[in-house]
Amino acid sequence: MAGQHDERQFPRREFLVKTLQLPCSAAVVTVLGPLALGSDAAEASQGDSKTAERYFGMGIQVDKCIGCGKCVEACKAENDVPREPFYFRTWVERYVIHNDGEVSVDSPEGGIRGFPREEREGDVLRSFFVPKLCNQCDNPPCVQVCPVGATFKTDDGVVLVDSDYCIGCRYCIQACPYGARYLDPRTNTADKCTFCYHRITQGLLPACVEVCPTGARIFGELNALASPLRRLMRKSSLQVLKPALNTEPKVFYSELDGEVR
Amino acid sequence: MEQHLERLQSAVEQISGFIYPNEIELHWGLLVVLYPYITGLVAGAFILASLEKVFKVKELEPTYRLALLTALAFLLVAPLPLLAHLGHPERSFEIFLTPHFKSAMAMFGFVYAWYLMLVLLLEIWFDYRADLVKWGEKAGAFKKLLYWVITLGSRDLSPEAVEFDKKAVHTITLIGIPSAFLLHGYVGFIFGSVKANPWWSSVLMPIVFLFSAIVSGISLVLLIYYVTTLVRRKQPDMACLDKLASFLLYALIVDFSLEILDFIHRLYESEESIGILSELIVSKLYISLTIVQILIGTISPLLMLAYSRFSRLPTELKRVAYFIAALLVQVGIFGTRWNVVIGGQLFSKSLRGLTVYKLELGGIEGLLTSIGLLILPFLILYILIKLLPPWPEASLAASESAAASGTTAD
Repeated sequence: MAGQHDERQFPRREFLVKTLQLPCSAAVVTVLGPLALGSDAAEASQGDSKTAERYFGMGIQVDKCIGCGKCVEACKAENDVPREPFYFRTWVERYVIHNDGEVSVDSPEGGIRGFPREEREGDVLRSFFVPKLCNQCDNPPCVQVCPVGATFKTDDGVVLVDSDYCIGCRYCIQACPYGARYLDPRTNTADKCTFCYHRITQGLLPACVEVCPTGARIFGELNALASPLRRLMRKSSLQVLKPALNTEPKVFYSELDGEVR
Repeated sequence: MEQHLERLQSAVEQISGFIYPNEIELHWGLLVVLYPYITGLVAGAFILASLEKVFKVKELEPTYRLALLTALAFLLVAPLPLLAHLGHPERSFEIFLTPHFKSAMAMFGFVYAWYLMLVLLLEIWFDYRADLVKWGEKAGAFKKLLYWVITLGSRDLSPEAVEFDKKAVHTITLIGIPSAFLLHGYVGFIFGSVKANPWWSSVLMPIVFLFSAIVSGISLVLLIYYVTTLVRRKQPDMACLDKLASFLLYALIVDFSLEILDFIHRLYESEESIGILSELIVSKLYISLTIVQILIGTISPLLMLAYSRFSRLPTELKRVAYFIAALLVQVGIFGTRWNVVIGGQLFSKSLRGLTVYKLELGGIEGLLTSIGLLILPFLILYILIKLLPPWPEASLAASESAAASGTTAD
């Protein structure tokens, strides 16, 4: 068709901003703009926050995870996560794809004590472990829905919860596609992984990364040119979870199987 | 907290398939089911009231004021289940003080305040003002003072002033209809905009909510009108009941069609989530969806209304049929809310497993609290009716103006 642009040359953000500048949409934008597009428009005009000096992310090498559950244990200890097996900032899932194509997934107590022996041992096509945690989305649905702004994205890209401000409505828990949030029964406020914010701002690694015996988790700054994370991003083909939801996760997986959701 | 953990532990045993570990706790329970149920009744009752004022459906006059008071009684209760459900109710005012404008939920306070203050209270005030003045003249000292306070001292009964009241009511109703649509469409949007949840995420959600709201509101006013006339030992106005039944039938048809459309659309598109959602429908939601919502709550009243409305049944029987149909509709709409709110949390977002909802009896999230919250609006309505009798024959202003214009009220 004549006059058709290659849409890949025309990024979404720019498209939105261009559209918003049309005079006829001004009225609509006044009303709906802050609701739907506020962050995009604001960021575009102020410069992309992704160019902030530090912008944290994590890489997870699925083929290196052995499902020992040390990361889950370390996370609970470091962050005072309730011990009961209903509250996790990070957990490990085991995927077993049988010869007939049947997929079984489990995560007993979040994998904190490792995994029991696979029952159909002789009948396994492939099997692997997938560590999960908050994806620290760049376009976080939890932040979007919080009615009071108690959960927010910091300049360095980490999504945090202000527990002194959270009203406990749990809309963020509903909005998270990854099941990464829980309601802390002691404070009645939402809680989730912070990338160990208290550690990373001191130049330390998150607890889960620190203890991983195989180095399956790699933490770092997404913009730092010479870093293990950057190296992973150069060398591997990376995937994020549920990319169709456009949450733009900053936790990247290498060797991720299509069965993982 | 111990009990809470024990409940979660017992839930673990009833999980089928795989769910994310954090999903064992189901976060929005019965209280959150009540919220869309009650706001739906409010919006529906108001839309019914506006049929009389704006669309001049004269048959519905006996229910006009009753519908307004019903809407008010339920609107006053609407925020309570939400408040009771919050982890920190004492911080709820932050929604007003520091709303996060990108959050659909943050708009609740504003939508609610707009509807309560600018639509319902104002419309009721203008509609009742002349009557309040006249009732005050005949009442004892206490009621006199009370009516004087409610009129805010506005005691002008000149024809111009009364005419102004009428115009004001008309204008407010005009604003009120889109506001009622907003109120409940907005509640639908809270669920429909959650992209993480394939059961909720649907552009039809606000529309379906709206029509189910209209259905529930009409049926509630029909029930209340029928019961109150019986209690007052009056004959129900059959023309009015017929009209209510007709509108209920039409709204029910639209509502059901929309839900079928939603269902067929999902089935035909057959997205990634279709497997787990099908499993959900045939297992965990079988009773509440297929039996309660569709068979008992939609198809039965649909057939009853259609038959009794358009056949030559004796009046007595007809009335009973309407009554039972309206009652079934209430059950069905409650089922609808349940299936949306609870149903949307019974499957894992990993789309690999189902979990359970355990309803408690006591406690703030329990059954008893919810029953209390459903009785409360009726108590409020009782007080409102005592204070502001909604019956046409109680309106002194209307009967006087009718007498003045030479027609006699029947």
